[in-house]
Amino acid sequence: MSRFLDTFFNGTVFERYLPAILKGMVVTIEIAVLVVITGILLGLALAVVRSFRVLAINAVIVVLVDVLRALPPMVLLLLVYFGLPNVGIVVPSFAVLWLVLALVLAAFAEEIFWAGILSIPKGQWEAARSTGLGFLATLVHVVLPQAIRLAVPPLTNRTIAITKNTALGTVIGVGEILNQATAAQSFSGNATPLMMGAIAYLILFVPVVALGRWLETRFAWRRA
Amino acid sequence: MSSDKPPILDIRGLRKKFGDAEVLRGIDLSVQAQELVFVIGPSGSGKSTLLRCCNRLEEPSDGSIRIDGADIMARSTDVNAMRRQIGMVFQSFNLYPHLTALRNVTLALAKVLGKPRAEAERIGMAALDRVGLAARGRAYPGELSGGQQQRVAIARALALEPKIMLFDEPTSALDPELVGSVLAVMRDLKRGGMTMLVVSHEMRFARDAADRVIFMDHGAIVEEGPPQRMFSAPSQARTLAFIAELTR
Repeated sequence: MSRFLDTFFNGTVFERYLPAILKGMVVTIEIAVLVVITGILLGLALAVVRSFRVLAINAVIVVLVDVLRALPPMVLLLLVYFGLPNVGIVVPSFAVLWLVLALVLAAFAEEIFWAGILSIPKGQWEAARSTGLGFLATLVHVVLPQAIRLAVPPLTNRTIAITKNTALGTVIGVGEILNQATAAQSFSGNATPLMMGAIAYLILFVPVVALGRWLETRFAWRRA
Repeated sequence: MSSDKPPILDIRGLRKKFGDAEVLRGIDLSVQAQELVFVIGPSGSGKSTLLRCCNRLEEPSDGSIRIDGADIMARSTDVNAMRRQIGMVFQSFNLYPHLTALRNVTLALAKVLGKPRAEAERIGMAALDRVGLAARGRAYPGELSGGQQQRVAIARALALEPKIMLFDEPTSALDPELVGSVLAVMRDLKRGGMTMLVVSHEMRFARDAADRVIFMDHGAIVEEGPPQRMFSAPSQARTLAFIAELTR
Protein backbone atom coordinates (compact mmCIF):
# COMPACT_ATOMS: atom_id res chain seq x y z
CA MET A 1 0.00 0.00 0.00
CA SER A 2 2.71 2.44 0.91
CA ARG A 3 4.48 1.50 -2.31
CA PHE A 4 1.32 2.31 -4.21
CA LEU A 5 0.99 5.68 -2.48
CA ASP A 6 4.65 6.41 -3.00
CA THR A 7 4.31 5.69 -6.75
CA PHE A 8 1.14 7.68 -7.46
CA PHE A 9 0.78 10.15 -4.61
CA ASN A 10 4.32 11.09 -3.59
CA GLY A 11 4.19 14.35 -1.62
CA THR A 12 7.70 15.53 -2.46
CA VAL A 13 7.28 14.85 -6.18
CA PHE A 14 3.90 16.54 -6.03
CA GLU A 15 5.33 19.73 -4.60
CA ARG A 16 8.28 19.81 -6.97
CA TYR A 17 6.21 19.43 -10.15
CA LEU A 18 3.03 21.28 -9.20
CA PRO A 19 4.17 24.51 -10.91
CA ALA A 20 4.90 22.61 -14.13
CA ILE A 21 1.52 20.91 -14.12
CA LEU A 22 -0.22 24.24 -13.42
CA LYS A 23 1.68 25.77 -16.32
CA GLY A 24 0.48 22.86 -18.44
CA MET A 25 -3.10 23.53 -17.38
CA VAL A 26 -2.82 27.13 -18.52
CA VAL A 27 -1.52 26.03 -21.92
CA THR A 28 -4.26 23.40 -22.25
CA ILE A 29 -6.91 26.00 -21.40
CA GLU A 30 -5.46 28.47 -23.88
CA ILE A 31 -5.46 25.96 -26.72
CA ALA A 32 -8.87 24.58 -25.82
CA VAL A 33 -10.50 28.01 -25.76
CA LEU A 34 -8.87 29.01 -29.04
CA VAL A 35 -9.85 25.72 -30.70
CA VAL A 36 -13.47 25.90 -29.54
CA ILE A 37 -13.98 29.51 -30.62
CA THR A 38 -12.23 29.36 -33.97
CA GLY A 39 -13.37 25.83 -34.80
CA ILE A 40 -17.06 26.50 -34.20
CA LEU A 41 -17.02 29.89 -35.93
CA LEU A 42 -15.21 28.44 -38.95
CA GLY A 43 -17.64 25.53 -39.05
CA LEU A 44 -20.61 27.92 -38.94
CA ALA A 45 -19.06 30.08 -41.67
CA LEU A 46 -18.56 27.02 -43.89
CA ALA A 47 -22.16 25.91 -43.36
CA VAL A 48 -23.37 29.42 -44.28
CA VAL A 49 -21.23 29.42 -47.43
CA ARG A 50 -22.56 25.96 -48.27
CA SER A 51 -26.16 27.15 -48.00
CA PHE A 52 -25.61 29.39 -51.04
CA ARG A 53 -25.36 26.12 -52.97
CA VAL A 54 -22.62 27.08 -55.38
CA LEU A 55 -21.75 23.69 -56.81
CA ALA A 56 -17.97 24.09 -57.17
CA ILE A 57 -17.50 25.70 -53.75
CA ASN A 58 -19.67 23.09 -52.06
CA ALA A 59 -17.71 20.26 -53.67
CA VAL A 60 -14.52 21.70 -52.16
CA ILE A 61 -16.17 22.05 -48.74
CA VAL A 62 -17.53 18.49 -48.79
CA VAL A 63 -14.18 16.95 -49.77
CA LEU A 64 -12.27 19.03 -47.22
CA VAL A 65 -14.71 18.23 -44.44
CA ASP A 66 -14.75 14.51 -45.21
CA VAL A 67 -10.94 14.31 -45.24
CA LEU A 68 -10.69 16.16 -41.94
CA ARG A 69 -13.30 13.94 -40.36
CA ALA A 70 -11.77 10.72 -41.69
CA LEU A 71 -8.15 11.30 -40.68
CA PRO A 72 -7.09 10.62 -37.11
CA PRO A 73 -6.15 14.04 -35.65
CA MET A 74 -2.75 12.59 -34.65
CA VAL A 75 -1.89 11.83 -38.29
CA LEU A 76 -2.83 15.33 -39.31
CA LEU A 77 -0.83 16.80 -36.47
CA LEU A 78 2.36 14.91 -37.38
CA LEU A 79 1.87 15.60 -41.07
CA VAL A 80 1.60 19.34 -40.54
CA TYR A 81 4.26 19.60 -37.86
CA PHE A 82 6.94 17.53 -39.58
CA GLY A 83 5.81 18.16 -43.15
CA LEU A 84 5.54 21.93 -43.38
CA PRO A 85 9.20 22.68 -42.40
CA ASN A 86 10.25 20.62 -45.45
CA VAL A 87 8.62 23.18 -47.72
CA GLY A 88 10.14 26.02 -45.72
CA ILE A 89 7.17 26.84 -43.53
CA VAL A 90 8.02 26.65 -39.86
CA VAL A 91 5.03 26.97 -37.57
CA PRO A 92 5.41 26.83 -33.78
CA SER A 93 4.06 23.63 -32.27
CA PHE A 94 1.43 25.54 -30.27
CA ALA A 95 0.06 27.04 -33.48
CA VAL A 96 0.12 23.66 -35.27
CA LEU A 97 -1.93 22.06 -32.50
CA TRP A 98 -4.39 24.94 -32.53
CA LEU A 99 -4.69 24.91 -36.32
CA VAL A 100 -5.17 21.17 -36.64
CA LEU A 101 -7.72 20.80 -33.86
CA ALA A 102 -9.61 23.90 -34.98
CA LEU A 103 -9.84 22.53 -38.52
CA VAL A 104 -11.05 19.14 -37.29
CA LEU A 105 -13.66 20.77 -35.05
CA ALA A 106 -14.68 23.08 -37.90
CA ALA A 107 -15.23 20.06 -40.15
CA PHE A 108 -17.53 18.35 -37.66
CA ALA A 109 -19.24 21.63 -36.75
CA GLU A 110 -19.90 22.39 -40.42
CA GLU A 111 -21.67 19.04 -40.85
CA ILE A 112 -23.71 19.57 -37.70
CA PHE A 113 -24.74 23.15 -38.61
CA TRP A 114 -25.49 22.09 -42.18
CA ALA A 115 -27.73 19.27 -40.96
CA GLY A 116 -29.48 21.84 -38.75
CA ILE A 117 -30.00 24.24 -41.65
CA LEU A 118 -31.38 21.43 -43.84
CA SER A 119 -33.83 20.35 -41.16
CA ILE A 120 -35.58 23.73 -41.07
CA PRO A 121 -38.83 23.32 -43.04
CA LYS A 122 -39.10 24.93 -46.46
CA GLY A 123 -42.16 26.81 -45.22
CA GLN A 124 -39.92 28.91 -42.92
CA TRP A 125 -37.91 30.11 -45.92
CA GLU A 126 -41.05 30.76 -47.95
CA ALA A 127 -42.79 32.68 -45.18
CA ALA A 128 -39.78 34.93 -44.68
CA ARG A 129 -39.14 35.44 -48.38
CA SER A 130 -42.82 36.26 -48.95
CA THR A 131 -42.50 39.20 -46.55
CA GLY A 132 -39.62 40.59 -48.60
CA LEU A 133 -36.68 39.28 -46.58
CA GLY A 134 -33.74 38.42 -48.83
CA PHE A 135 -31.88 35.11 -48.81
CA LEU A 136 -29.22 36.24 -46.36
CA ALA A 137 -31.66 38.01 -44.03
CA THR A 138 -33.84 34.89 -43.96
CA LEU A 139 -30.81 32.74 -43.19
CA VAL A 140 -29.60 35.04 -40.41
CA HIS A 141 -32.89 35.92 -38.72
CA VAL A 142 -35.11 32.90 -39.33
CA VAL A 143 -33.14 29.79 -40.26
CA LEU A 144 -29.87 30.01 -38.33
CA PRO A 145 -31.41 30.78 -34.92
CA GLN A 146 -33.41 27.56 -35.25
CA ALA A 147 -30.60 25.55 -36.84
CA ILE A 148 -28.08 26.54 -34.16
CA ARG A 149 -30.50 25.48 -31.46
CA LEU A 150 -30.76 22.06 -33.07
CA ALA A 151 -26.98 21.90 -33.38
CA VAL A 152 -26.14 22.57 -29.74
CA PRO A 153 -26.50 19.02 -28.30
CA PRO A 154 -24.46 17.16 -30.95
CA LEU A 155 -21.99 20.03 -31.19
CA THR A 156 -21.39 20.01 -27.43
CA ASN A 157 -20.42 16.35 -27.45
CA ARG A 158 -18.16 16.74 -30.45
CA THR A 159 -16.51 19.83 -29.00
CA ILE A 160 -15.67 18.05 -25.75
CA ALA A 161 -14.24 15.07 -27.64
CA ILE A 162 -12.02 17.25 -29.82
CA THR A 163 -10.91 19.54 -27.02
CA LYS A 164 -9.56 16.54 -25.11
CA ASN A 165 -7.28 15.95 -28.09
CA THR A 166 -5.16 18.85 -26.84
CA ALA A 167 -3.27 16.00 -25.11
CA LEU A 168 -1.93 15.04 -28.55
CA GLY A 169 0.17 18.20 -28.35
CA THR A 170 2.61 16.25 -26.21
CA VAL A 171 4.00 14.40 -29.25
CA ILE A 172 5.03 17.64 -30.95
CA GLY A 173 6.28 19.20 -27.74
CA VAL A 174 3.50 21.61 -26.82
CA GLY A 175 3.86 22.24 -23.10
CA GLU A 176 0.33 21.27 -22.18
CA ILE A 177 -0.70 19.09 -19.24
CA LEU A 178 0.30 15.68 -20.55
CA ASN A 179 3.62 16.99 -21.89
CA GLN A 180 4.52 18.49 -18.52
CA ALA A 181 3.42 15.32 -16.75
CA THR A 182 5.40 12.89 -18.89
CA ALA A 183 8.50 15.08 -18.70
CA ALA A 184 8.19 15.24 -14.91
CA GLN A 185 7.61 11.51 -14.76
CA SER A 186 10.82 10.72 -16.63
CA PHE A 187 12.87 13.19 -14.55
CA SER A 188 11.52 11.93 -11.24
CA GLY A 189 11.15 8.27 -12.12
CA ASN A 190 7.84 8.42 -10.33
CA ALA A 191 4.24 8.20 -11.64
CA THR A 192 2.90 10.94 -9.37
CA PRO A 193 3.12 13.63 -12.09
CA LEU A 194 0.99 11.47 -14.38
CA MET A 195 -1.60 11.14 -11.66
CA MET A 196 -1.42 14.91 -11.20
CA GLY A 197 -2.00 15.29 -14.96
CA ALA A 198 -5.03 13.01 -14.81
CA ILE A 199 -6.44 15.03 -11.93
CA ALA A 200 -5.74 18.25 -13.82
CA TYR A 201 -7.76 16.92 -16.79
CA LEU A 202 -10.61 16.00 -14.46
CA ILE A 203 -10.56 19.47 -12.90
CA LEU A 204 -10.76 21.04 -16.35
CA PHE A 205 -13.15 18.70 -18.13
CA VAL A 206 -15.68 17.53 -15.54
CA PRO A 207 -17.17 21.05 -15.39
CA VAL A 208 -17.15 21.16 -19.20
CA VAL A 209 -19.01 17.85 -19.40
CA ALA A 210 -21.50 19.13 -16.82
CA LEU A 211 -21.92 22.36 -18.78
CA GLY A 212 -22.49 20.27 -21.90
CA ARG A 213 -25.25 18.31 -20.21
CA TRP A 214 -26.87 21.54 -19.04
CA LEU A 215 -26.67 23.03 -22.54
CA GLU A 216 -28.25 19.91 -24.01
CA THR A 217 -31.30 20.15 -21.80
CA ARG A 218 -31.44 23.93 -22.02
CA PHE A 219 -31.42 23.93 -25.82
CA ALA A 220 -33.46 20.79 -26.37
CA TRP A 221 -35.97 21.86 -28.99
CA ARG A 222 -39.28 22.92 -27.53
CA ARG A 223 -41.77 21.39 -29.93
CA ALA A 224 -44.49 23.71 -31.07
CA MET B 1 -66.43 46.55 -59.64
CA SER B 2 -65.36 49.45 -61.81
CA SER B 3 -63.37 48.15 -64.74
CA ASP B 4 -61.89 51.47 -65.87
CA LYS B 5 -59.20 51.25 -63.16
CA PRO B 6 -56.32 48.84 -63.76
CA PRO B 7 -56.72 45.61 -61.81
CA ILE B 8 -54.56 45.04 -58.73
CA LEU B 9 -53.58 41.64 -60.06
CA ASP B 10 -53.49 40.93 -63.76
CA ILE B 11 -52.38 37.51 -64.98
CA ARG B 12 -52.06 36.81 -68.70
CA GLY B 13 -51.20 33.50 -70.36
CA LEU B 14 -49.53 32.13 -67.23
CA ARG B 15 -47.87 28.76 -67.71
CA LYS B 16 -45.86 26.70 -65.28
CA LYS B 17 -44.05 23.48 -65.99
CA PHE B 18 -42.35 21.17 -63.52
CA GLY B 19 -40.14 19.15 -65.84
CA ASP B 20 -42.50 17.63 -68.39
CA ALA B 21 -45.61 18.18 -66.33
CA GLU B 22 -47.51 21.34 -67.23
CA VAL B 23 -49.22 22.42 -64.03
CA LEU B 24 -50.63 25.72 -65.33
CA ARG B 25 -51.74 25.81 -68.97
CA GLY B 26 -52.39 29.42 -69.81
CA ILE B 27 -54.19 31.20 -66.99
CA ASP B 28 -55.86 34.58 -67.57
CA LEU B 29 -57.18 36.18 -64.43
CA SER B 30 -57.54 39.65 -63.08
CA VAL B 31 -58.54 40.79 -59.62
CA GLN B 32 -59.91 44.29 -59.15
CA ALA B 33 -59.23 46.48 -56.14
CA GLN B 34 -61.23 45.37 -53.08
CA GLU B 35 -62.38 42.25 -54.83
CA LEU B 36 -62.37 38.86 -53.10
CA VAL B 37 -61.79 36.10 -55.62
CA PHE B 38 -62.16 32.49 -54.58
CA VAL B 39 -60.33 29.68 -56.35
CA ILE B 40 -61.67 26.15 -56.03
CA GLY B 41 -60.78 22.93 -57.76
CA PRO B 42 -59.60 19.38 -57.16
CA SER B 43 -56.19 18.77 -55.65
CA GLY B 44 -53.52 18.89 -58.30
CA SER B 45 -55.53 21.36 -60.38
CA GLY B 46 -52.80 24.00 -59.98
CA LYS B 47 -54.54 26.35 -57.52
CA SER B 48 -51.63 26.60 -55.11
CA THR B 49 -49.11 26.90 -57.92
CA LEU B 50 -51.15 29.75 -59.38
CA LEU B 51 -51.03 31.56 -56.05
CA ARG B 52 -47.33 30.89 -55.56
CA CYS B 53 -46.53 32.26 -59.01
CA CYS B 54 -48.14 35.56 -58.03
CA ASN B 55 -45.19 36.45 -55.74
CA ARG B 56 -42.69 34.26 -57.58
CA LEU B 57 -42.26 31.68 -54.85
CA GLU B 58 -42.65 29.58 -57.99
CA GLU B 59 -41.02 30.97 -61.09
CA PRO B 60 -43.58 31.08 -63.95
CA SER B 61 -42.50 29.34 -67.16
CA ASP B 62 -44.36 31.77 -69.41
CA GLY B 63 -46.91 34.58 -69.35
CA SER B 64 -47.14 37.89 -67.54
CA ILE B 65 -48.19 38.93 -64.07
CA ARG B 66 -48.81 42.54 -63.12
CA ILE B 67 -49.37 43.84 -59.62
CA ASP B 68 -51.02 47.27 -59.68
CA GLY B 69 -49.70 47.76 -63.19
CA ALA B 70 -46.10 46.72 -62.45
CA ASP B 71 -44.73 43.74 -64.33
CA ILE B 72 -43.34 41.47 -61.61
CA MET B 73 -41.58 39.29 -64.17
CA ALA B 74 -39.50 42.18 -65.53
CA ARG B 75 -35.75 41.89 -65.16
CA SER B 76 -35.67 45.23 -63.38
CA THR B 77 -38.14 44.07 -60.73
CA ASP B 78 -36.76 44.00 -57.20
CA VAL B 79 -38.24 40.69 -56.07
CA ASN B 80 -38.07 41.53 -52.36
CA ALA B 81 -39.71 44.93 -52.81
CA MET B 82 -42.40 43.32 -54.96
CA ARG B 83 -43.08 40.58 -52.42
CA ARG B 84 -43.80 42.88 -49.53
CA GLN B 85 -46.67 44.36 -51.52
CA ILE B 86 -48.19 40.90 -51.70
CA GLY B 87 -49.25 39.36 -48.42
CA MET B 88 -49.18 35.58 -48.32
CA VAL B 89 -50.85 33.25 -45.85
CA PHE B 90 -49.94 29.56 -45.91
CA GLN B 91 -51.87 26.43 -45.09
CA SER B 92 -49.34 25.47 -42.41
CA PHE B 93 -49.03 29.02 -40.94
CA ASN B 94 -45.20 28.91 -41.08
CA LEU B 95 -44.73 31.13 -38.06
CA TYR B 96 -41.16 31.44 -36.81
CA PRO B 97 -41.17 29.20 -33.72
CA HIS B 98 -38.22 30.94 -32.05
CA LEU B 99 -39.86 34.38 -32.07
CA THR B 100 -42.85 35.74 -30.17
CA ALA B 101 -46.07 36.53 -32.02
CA LEU B 102 -45.15 40.21 -32.02
CA ARG B 103 -41.62 39.56 -33.31
CA ASN B 104 -43.07 37.34 -36.04
CA VAL B 105 -45.04 40.36 -37.18
CA THR B 106 -42.28 42.95 -36.76
CA LEU B 107 -39.35 41.02 -38.26
CA ALA B 108 -39.92 42.22 -41.82
CA LEU B 109 -40.87 45.71 -40.62
CA ALA B 110 -37.51 45.99 -38.89
CA LYS B 111 -35.26 44.09 -41.29
CA VAL B 112 -36.86 44.94 -44.64
CA LEU B 113 -38.40 48.37 -44.09
CA GLY B 114 -35.81 49.39 -41.50
CA LYS B 115 -38.40 50.71 -39.06
CA PRO B 116 -37.06 51.60 -35.63
CA ARG B 117 -38.04 49.13 -32.94
CA ALA B 118 -40.69 51.29 -31.27
CA GLU B 119 -42.44 52.06 -34.54
CA ALA B 120 -42.25 48.45 -35.71
CA GLU B 121 -43.81 47.34 -32.45
CA ARG B 122 -46.57 49.93 -32.71
CA ILE B 123 -47.44 48.73 -36.22
CA GLY B 124 -47.10 45.12 -35.12
CA MET B 125 -49.44 45.57 -32.19
CA ALA B 126 -51.97 47.32 -34.43
CA ALA B 127 -51.81 44.36 -36.85
CA LEU B 128 -52.23 41.86 -34.00
CA ASP B 129 -55.15 43.94 -32.76
CA ARG B 130 -56.84 43.65 -36.15
CA VAL B 131 -56.77 39.87 -35.88
CA GLY B 132 -57.95 39.99 -32.26
CA LEU B 133 -54.65 38.95 -30.71
CA ALA B 134 -53.29 42.14 -29.19
CA ALA B 135 -53.12 40.38 -25.84
CA ARG B 136 -50.96 37.51 -27.13
CA GLY B 137 -48.04 39.48 -28.54
CA ARG B 138 -45.56 37.96 -26.12
CA ALA B 139 -46.67 34.37 -26.70
CA TYR B 140 -44.55 32.00 -28.76
CA PRO B 141 -46.24 30.16 -31.65
CA GLY B 142 -46.02 26.88 -29.70
CA GLU B 143 -48.21 28.44 -27.01
CA LEU B 144 -50.97 29.43 -29.44
CA SER B 145 -53.79 27.38 -30.94
CA GLY B 146 -53.78 26.69 -34.68
CA GLY B 147 -56.42 29.34 -35.25
CA GLN B 148 -54.42 31.90 -33.29
CA GLN B 149 -51.25 30.98 -35.17
CA GLN B 150 -52.96 31.50 -38.49
CA ARG B 151 -54.26 34.86 -37.32
CA VAL B 152 -50.73 35.88 -36.32
CA ALA B 153 -49.62 34.81 -39.81
CA ILE B 154 -52.32 37.05 -41.28
CA ALA B 155 -51.14 39.92 -39.07
CA ARG B 156 -47.57 39.32 -40.24
CA ALA B 157 -48.63 39.80 -43.85
CA LEU B 158 -51.02 42.64 -43.02
CA ALA B 159 -48.40 44.69 -41.19
CA LEU B 160 -46.59 45.36 -44.46
CA GLU B 161 -49.76 46.97 -45.88
CA PRO B 162 -49.89 44.78 -48.96
CA LYS B 163 -51.89 45.68 -52.06
CA ILE B 164 -53.29 42.17 -52.22
CA MET B 165 -53.42 39.18 -49.90
CA LEU B 166 -53.02 35.63 -51.14
CA PHE B 167 -54.48 32.85 -48.99
CA ASP B 168 -53.36 29.30 -49.71
CA GLU B 169 -55.92 27.01 -48.04
CA PRO B 170 -55.71 29.06 -44.82
CA THR B 171 -58.10 26.85 -42.84
CA SER B 172 -57.27 23.37 -44.16
CA ALA B 173 -54.85 22.56 -41.35
CA LEU B 174 -57.22 23.71 -38.61
CA ASP B 175 -59.53 21.78 -36.35
CA PRO B 176 -63.14 22.53 -37.34
CA GLU B 177 -63.88 24.59 -34.24
CA LEU B 178 -60.95 26.94 -34.98
CA VAL B 179 -61.87 27.66 -38.60
CA GLY B 180 -64.48 30.28 -37.69
CA SER B 181 -62.04 32.67 -36.02
CA VAL B 182 -59.79 32.76 -39.09
CA LEU B 183 -62.71 33.24 -41.48
CA ALA B 184 -64.01 36.05 -39.25
CA VAL B 185 -60.69 37.85 -39.64
CA MET B 186 -60.80 37.36 -43.41
CA ARG B 187 -64.35 38.67 -43.54
CA ASP B 188 -63.20 41.67 -41.56
CA LEU B 189 -60.37 42.29 -44.03
CA LYS B 190 -62.85 42.14 -46.88
CA ARG B 191 -65.02 44.74 -45.16
CA GLY B 192 -61.94 46.90 -44.72
CA GLY B 193 -61.43 46.90 -48.48
CA MET B 194 -58.55 44.43 -48.80
CA THR B 195 -58.07 42.81 -52.20
CA MET B 196 -57.89 39.04 -51.76
CA LEU B 197 -57.22 35.93 -53.79
CA VAL B 198 -58.20 32.87 -51.79
CA VAL B 199 -57.64 29.19 -52.48
CA SER B 200 -60.04 27.38 -50.16
CA HIS B 201 -62.93 24.99 -49.98
CA GLU B 202 -64.89 26.89 -47.36
CA MET B 203 -68.07 27.03 -49.44
CA ARG B 204 -70.20 28.89 -46.95
CA PHE B 205 -67.56 31.56 -46.60
CA ALA B 206 -67.29 31.80 -50.38
CA ARG B 207 -71.03 32.12 -50.67
CA ASP B 208 -71.32 35.17 -48.45
CA ALA B 209 -67.93 36.84 -48.82
CA ALA B 210 -66.61 36.14 -52.33
CA ASP B 211 -67.29 38.41 -55.28
CA ARG B 212 -66.31 35.76 -57.77
CA VAL B 213 -65.54 32.06 -57.72
CA ILE B 214 -63.09 30.48 -60.13
CA PHE B 215 -63.12 26.76 -60.80
CA MET B 216 -59.80 25.28 -61.92
CA ASP B 217 -59.05 21.83 -63.20
CA HIS B 218 -55.93 20.39 -64.82
CA GLY B 219 -54.09 23.70 -64.79
CA ALA B 220 -56.78 25.73 -66.51
CA ILE B 221 -59.74 27.88 -65.49
CA VAL B 222 -62.86 25.91 -66.37
CA GLU B 223 -65.36 28.59 -65.51
CA GLU B 224 -65.94 31.53 -63.23
CA GLY B 225 -68.88 33.49 -61.92
CA PRO B 226 -70.58 34.89 -58.85
CA PRO B 227 -70.74 32.36 -55.99
CA GLN B 228 -74.51 31.94 -56.07
CA ARG B 229 -74.50 30.86 -59.69
CA MET B 230 -71.28 28.82 -59.43
CA PHE B 231 -72.59 26.78 -56.51
CA SER B 232 -76.18 26.33 -57.63
CA ALA B 233 -76.08 26.37 -61.41
CA PRO B 234 -72.60 26.02 -62.90
CA SER B 235 -72.49 25.74 -66.67
CA GLN B 236 -69.78 23.12 -66.91
CA ALA B 237 -70.27 19.46 -66.05
CA ARG B 238 -66.85 19.28 -64.35
CA THR B 239 -67.73 22.17 -62.04
CA LEU B 240 -71.04 20.58 -61.20
CA ALA B 241 -69.37 17.26 -60.40
CA PHE B 242 -66.76 18.93 -58.19
CA ILE B 243 -69.29 21.01 -56.27
CA ALA B 244 -71.53 18.00 -55.81
CA GLU B 245 -68.52 16.18 -54.36
CA LEU B 246 -67.72 19.09 -52.01
CA THR B 247 -71.24 19.49 -50.67
CA ARG B 248 -71.95 15.79 -50.37
